[in-house]
Amino acid sequence: MAKQLMKGCEAIAEAAIQAGCRFFFGYPITPQNDIPEYMSARMPKVGGCFLQAESEVAAINMVYGAAGAGARVMTSSSSPGISLKQEGISYIAGAELPCVIVNMMRGGPGLGSIQASQGDYFQSTKGGGHGDYHLVVYAPASVQEAIDLMQTAFDVADKYRMPVLILADGIIGQMMEPVEIKQGNASEPVKKDWATVGWSEKDFTRPRAVVNSLYIEVEELEELTGRLQARYAKIAEEETRVELYNTEDAEFMLCAYGTVARICKTAIAQLKKQGIKAGLVRPITLWPFPYKAVHDAIAAPSVKKALCVEMSAGQMVEDVRLAINGEKEIELLGHSGSRVPTAEEIAQRIIQMRGA
Amino acid sequence: MAIVFKKTSVLTDTIMHYCPGCGHGIVHRLVAEALEELNLQDKAVGVAPVGCAVFAYRYFNVDMQEAAHGRAPAVATGIKRVLGPESCVFTYQGDGDLASIGAAEIVHAAHRGEKITVIFINNAIYGMTGGQMAPTTLVGQRTTTSPYGRDMEHCGSPIRMSEMLATIDGSAFIERVALNSTANIQRAKKAIRKAFETQMAGKGFSMVEVLSTCPTNWGKSAVESMDWLESSMIPYYPLGVKKEV
Ligand SMILES: Cc1ncc(C[n+]2csc(CCOP(=O)(O)OP(=O)(O)O)c2C)c(N)n1
Ligand code: SF4
Repeated sequence: MAKQLMKGCEAIAEAAIQAGCRFFFGYPITPQNDIPEYMSARMPKVGGCFLQAESEVAAINMVYGAAGAGARVMTSSSSPGISLKQEGISYIAGAELPCVIVNMMRGGPGLGSIQASQGDYFQSTKGGGHGDYHLVVYAPASVQEAIDLMQTAFDVADKYRMPVLILADGIIGQMMEPVEIKQGNASEPVKKDWATVGWSEKDFTRPRAVVNSLYIEVEELEELTGRLQARYAKIAEEETRVELYNTEDAEFMLCAYGTVARICKTAIAQLKKQGIKAGLVRPITLWPFPYKAVHDAIAAPSVKKALCVEMSAGQMVEDVRLAINGEKEIELLGHSGSRVPTAEEIAQRIIQMRGA
Repeated sequence: MAIVFKKTSVLTDTIMHYCPGCGHGIVHRLVAEALEELNLQDKAVGVAPVGCAVFAYRYFNVDMQEAAHGRAPAVATGIKRVLGPESCVFTYQGDGDLASIGAAEIVHAAHRGEKITVIFINNAIYGMTGGQMAPTTLVGQRTTTSPYGRDMEHCGSPIRMSEMLATIDGSAFIERVALNSTANIQRAKKAIRKAFETQMAGKGFSMVEVLSTCPTNWGKSAVESMDWLESSMIPYYPLGVKKEV
């Protein structure tokens, strides 16, 4: 199919439909309203269901019910709404249900701003809701990548029976780019014999289905968390994604994700003109975090200094520092309050670091 | 030998954990029998609440989901939208679950005319957490968080959910019943059947509010509890059909 110009939010919604998602439950919040709006028009045309819930709390619990009944289902929101969903996300993780959640991050804390931000890194990767669980977290840096990751997100959710988060920012959601959405490439639906679809002893050979996150006995809960942890270890091994850009012989290593990583690439081009070799290590999965790749990129002998750039007061930088474990110093260029760093600013900082 | 009575197959053989004199066990049996009589076992998906009935998924012999506190109507919405009109989706919720923390979810499930059936157990108290005040606690009733009796000035008067939900267009059948006598228990069963039939006919939202007992947290014997239900609860929560379309 030829490329078409599409807005991030709409492209993500269409990609979800092409990935076989037929149920969407959401609640309006800027800057992701184009997703529910698009879904409300599209879902009835493909025999799916869009429902505007009374709140994000209700929406995520509808996702729980629909996922438990075996459907490919998603919700989307932006930061304050994602905070409200955390209870449900924890239950979905505990009940081992697959679903996809999109967060078009905006500034916080509180009502914050409606502009782009990366302030939800901690919330997304370090828990968010209560209990011992993780989400697989994908951070697209372009509309095309967001599209491609939608299919992956649904497949990974089904494969590991867990919620998957697409963590983008308002810029990805709102900008238009030429993209290609593969049509009808939805993977084969996986068999979900654990889903609650109606059961009776005489008709079915499968056991009665119970979707549940309550394990009142210590041993039983530990069995669940043990099962989850084993799954997480496998995911860390098999699903970790990272992009290395110009890392060969780089003297300065940038580390950034999402929109900021793209700005870093422009900065790298500017620096190159001045004869300064800078590279970028870009985590695509924020959880599992690509500790090894980030370590190796920064620890490389050619690298003199490293800089983490974020649209937050410094959240991912903690994982970058964990990855390098004191071997090298990691500097931070962090803007919170929804201010977007410019390529000139990043290049300038590298030049300063070179001089220092 | 002729079989004169048989436990419904829609209840499992698991021993229930409810206290002696508690209404939950009775209502479980009524719901299960209604599902069996209407031939709905293999179409049914139940949603258990957070509350004393949290283990309802162990007792109902149908596919079950366990919801977060108060969210059962939203979970049921998700299930029903996926499984469609052939399915029979019900929630089973206490009064703290439905009338307090889940007030938004129940109102909007009714408002959307969600084709689900809600079994609402009103025992005027939070049972599971040890007898705290519920929105349904009667004025003057002592609980562990209203030790001087519920004071209307301070925390309002008990909420009548059936009457409130009956004002919503999406509600198709709403009835309040009680467990205080054999005759009323029979009526309760009839109402539950009717609620399931309403759902299967695709008419809209259906709910049966059951006035029930909590001897443990009321500090009463089983018999005293039945008396209190009759003398104190029924006058404030009048029985009967509140909505039928
Ligand atoms: C979010 C959340 N808040 C509080 C609780 C604690 N909690 C468990 S059961 C319950 C009250 C249940 O009372 P009710 O719904 O009246 O049911 P009953 O136990 O009387 O049958 C509460 C507050 C919880 N599990 N989750
Ligand atoms: S605490 Fe009350 S509601 Fe809970 S099982 Fe005991 S009697 Fe029933």
